[in-house]
Amino acid sequence: MSHSRTASGGDAATKKSLAPSDPAPRDMAPGGPVSERGGSAGRLRARRARNRPWGALLWVAPALLCYAAFVLYPLGQSIQYSFYNWDGIGTATPAGLANWQAIFTQPELLSAITHAFELIIFYTLFPVGAGLAAASLIRELKPGPFSTISRTILFIPQVLPLVAAGVAWTWLYSSNGLVNQILQATGLGGTTRAWLGDFTFALPAVGVIGVWVMLGFCTVLLLSGIGKIDPALYEAASLDGAGRLRQFRAVTLPGLRQELVVCTTFTIVAALASFDVIQVSTQGGPGYQTMVPGVEIYRLTFLDQRIGQASALAVFLTVLVLLVVWPIQRLGRTD
Amino acid sequence: MTQLATIRRGPVIRGGRGVRGDRITRTLLLVLLMLFAIVPLLSMFTAALAPQGSNPPGLSWPAHPHWGNFADAWTGANLFALFRSSVLIVLGVVPAAVAMATAAGYGLAQLRVPGGKVIYGALLAGLTIPYEALITPLYYDIQSLGLLDSRLAVVLPLIGLLMPFGVFWMRAHFVNAETALTEAGQLDGGTTWQIFRRIHLPLAKPAISALTILFFLATWNQYLLPLVLINDPAKRTVAGGLGAFQGQYGTNTALLCAGSLLIIAPSLLVFLVFQRNFVKALLQGAIR
Repeated sequence: MSHSRTASGGDAATKKSLAPSDPAPRDMAPGGPVSERGGSAGRLRARRARNRPWGALLWVAPALLCYAAFVLYPLGQSIQYSFYNWDGIGTATPAGLANWQAIFTQPELLSAITHAFELIIFYTLFPVGAGLAAASLIRELKPGPFSTISRTILFIPQVLPLVAAGVAWTWLYSSNGLVNQILQATGLGGTTRAWLGDFTFALPAVGVIGVWVMLGFCTVLLLSGIGKIDPALYEAASLDGAGRLRQFRAVTLPGLRQELVVCTTFTIVAALASFDVIQVSTQGGPGYQTMVPGVEIYRLTFLDQRIGQASALAVFLTVLVLLVVWPIQRLGRTD
Repeated sequence: MTQLATIRRGPVIRGGRGVRGDRITRTLLLVLLMLFAIVPLLSMFTAALAPQGSNPPGLSWPAHPHWGNFADAWTGANLFALFRSSVLIVLGVVPAAVAMATAAGYGLAQLRVPGGKVIYGALLAGLTIPYEALITPLYYDIQSLGLLDSRLAVVLPLIGLLMPFGVFWMRAHFVNAETALTEAGQLDGGTTWQIFRRIHLPLAKPAISALTILFFLATWNQYLLPLVLINDPAKRTVAGGLGAFQGQYGTNTALLCAGSLLIIAPSLLVFLVFQRNFVKALLQGAIR
């Protein structure tokens, strides 16, 4: 089992040795600047023998073709559709920028995007924050059956179909479901309600489903990261008189950088692109209270037959995710 | 596993305060988190055993558990057809996707692919593209291919959609592979295929099996594609079928919960059987 530090180190080293061949592969002198380490004559000869670049392309071609046909091409189509009005059957008419303007002016579309960002609080902020707190408190899990069982159980919500999470929580939130049962048992009977049908609480209620799906995953990932931090660092910090909070800031947080980047990226993409849970639990309702871009795209396409509008929102969502994720990824790379 | 253990066993300074109190807090915290993860499923389970059409309480063991609900849900939702359909879709997607991702990952990590950097960059960009952003054009593309309503309508796009992660995952493995072995293979005059087949493929087994499990879960749990591209619920994946099932039994809590538990059982089972390797591989892979 290799550790993240060595793994990423090896990655970087190999990237470096591969890099020269990448920008201009054809006019590369065989074995030219490649040999940073080693570089024996035998290796050069082997490189020359292997230097059939178009043959190498065959290894990548199937994956690339599938990807191009079912991801890149449709993405291009989405961009094209977004400048037309089309009902999916008749002829499309040019719409100029109208579909794009609508995203920023139509309250329903705008609210869908706002909700997606509000969901980040639940999908990302809570799970990563609580996971971080829990992981740094638990810190070392004594290896053994309890540690294995706890890891397994914490992970379960993450491996189930999101549809099932939606069904389970629809039941938990129903008027005689577990949530209201607990509230009644703790003397908060006055606050019971049909949560998913409540105009104020529907979105936070849907958000909590996201917390359920993500919390265990983040905790387990962060716990494993903390396990890899050199205990000597804590020792040194402690000798320097650093308290718990100081240790957390000086040792734990920097040590978990990679894990935090993975957790944050993964959960933010899930929040902005949520569909399954909401389609199953509220379908965007009540009213537009829990409408998110994913569900809105689905409705615009298959219920309202407004393909152009749906496509504009789809492209916008893609760009939005990229814009949010990009800086976080950069944060993970600069070391 | 063993290595993790040795690392965690190292001396850890606990800030010098009540060590036992700490341990209790820790365990309590962990138990609370575990309860949060598991109680929703337990609540579903007790509800699934309640009499049909009744209003079961959130969490309490029924006096007379109706185990027959599971059988009723199985036949009522036509789950046999759904399971069969899911298996067919998984068989269509997973082996092909794993093979393609492995080949491409190997090519990008170990061979000189013309424009390799650009190709890898394009694939990486795909990691963040939401499925919903592609579903509208995919529907019309699949329609014009005449595949709408067939299982291929889900299989083909899903293979493409899984490629970014798959290639990323396998490339990360092959980039770290031992180069000395490759060189030895080359000196022996091995062709690229032989070196891959005899040296790299056996070493990649853990990475490939982890990817297989991940792809299985992604396919089995897939909801949006079958929902849109297959009208006949009996041809969808079980997750896609659950939606139709919910519409049908929305008010019959017992049956809905029983059916949902049957539908999540395979995902849960695969995870529990492979969890030891799976969680480990995932934790490693995620950080690369």
